[in-house]
Amino acid sequence: MSKGIIGKKLGMTQVFAGGDELIPVTVIQAGPCKVVQKKTLDVDGYNAIQIGFGTAKAQRVNKPSAGHFKKAGIEVARMLRELRVENIDDYEVGQEIGADIFKPGDYVDITGTSKGKGFQGVIKRHGFGGGRATHGSEFHRAPGALGGHTFPGKVFKGQKLPGHMGSKRVTVQNLQVVDVDPVRNIILVRGAVPGAKNGAVMLRNAVK
Amino acid sequence: MNPIERIEMNQMRMDAPAMRSGDKVRVHYRIREGEKVRTQIFEGVMIGQSRGGVRSSITVRKISFGVGVERIFPIHSPLIEKVELVNHNRVRRAKLYYLRALRGKAARLKELRK
Repeated sequence: MSKGIIGKKLGMTQVFAGGDELIPVTVIQAGPCKVVQKKTLDVDGYNAIQIGFGTAKAQRVNKPSAGHFKKAGIEVARMLRELRVENIDDYEVGQEIGADIFKPGDYVDITGTSKGKGFQGVIKRHGFGGGRATHGSEFHRAPGALGGHTFPGKVFKGQKLPGHMGSKRVTVQNLQVVDVDPVRNIILVRGAVPGAKNGAVMLRNAVK
Repeated sequence: MNPIERIEMNQMRMDAPAMRSGDKVRVHYRIREGEKVRTQIFEGVMIGQSRGGVRSSITVRKISFGVGVERIFPIHSPLIEKVELVNHNRVRRAKLYYLRALRGKAARLKELRK
């Protein structure tokens, strides 16, 4: 069964779990989320639930979204995300989803927005090798040849070039849940998670 | 208290003696060999520490069969049974990395008596 929750990345630390080795963990404030809308195969063409996370001032939302929350009968949420589910009947509008949907030992996929790196060259952005720094080399960090002369007479699409890096949707798969605090809705996940502190992340059970 | 601080506080151990660089310490460390758990004692000079709440660690150096060995222990680890303080030595810096270059008599430290 697919399940998921919206969370906020709080930061990283380390824990001594199971009387064993040191585990690097990311601390995530996961939920509480409320089901705002159910999307069904008949009406929308697919089965999904829309869940809301966080609180926002009522006067900060525009009238259409205010009406959307009013229809669901819940307070205004800060963000909305959709989650595809197979069985829509498991959920009710207004139902609360907490961190307890995951247990220690589960594996999750986490989606977030990566940290913005600005305009970066090909070495950082695409992992190019670059040239020699010294010994008369005049080729340092440039992208090099783009692969063309008379033939093919153009630069191929998708050629790796300098440009904006980061601030992109990134999913990390198969992160292990180390600990869950259902009261405070805190999830500890082994390893790093995309994005900066206080960034929104989406946790879903692992697809692989 | 923020959640990260709380997680870290919950794992802190308050039973470690007050240690500083230059101290000779005996670290009783549990190691797992298959099913059995055994305690190993690592005795040496503490040549540095990294402070940071539950992430604190100490670096201990000893000479084992003529070879310098350094181990880094996370001092809040549950695998540490106890840390014994053998003596204090007089040192003038926090990181004693210069000991790595010294051998034998030159690598001695003078004991600090109170």
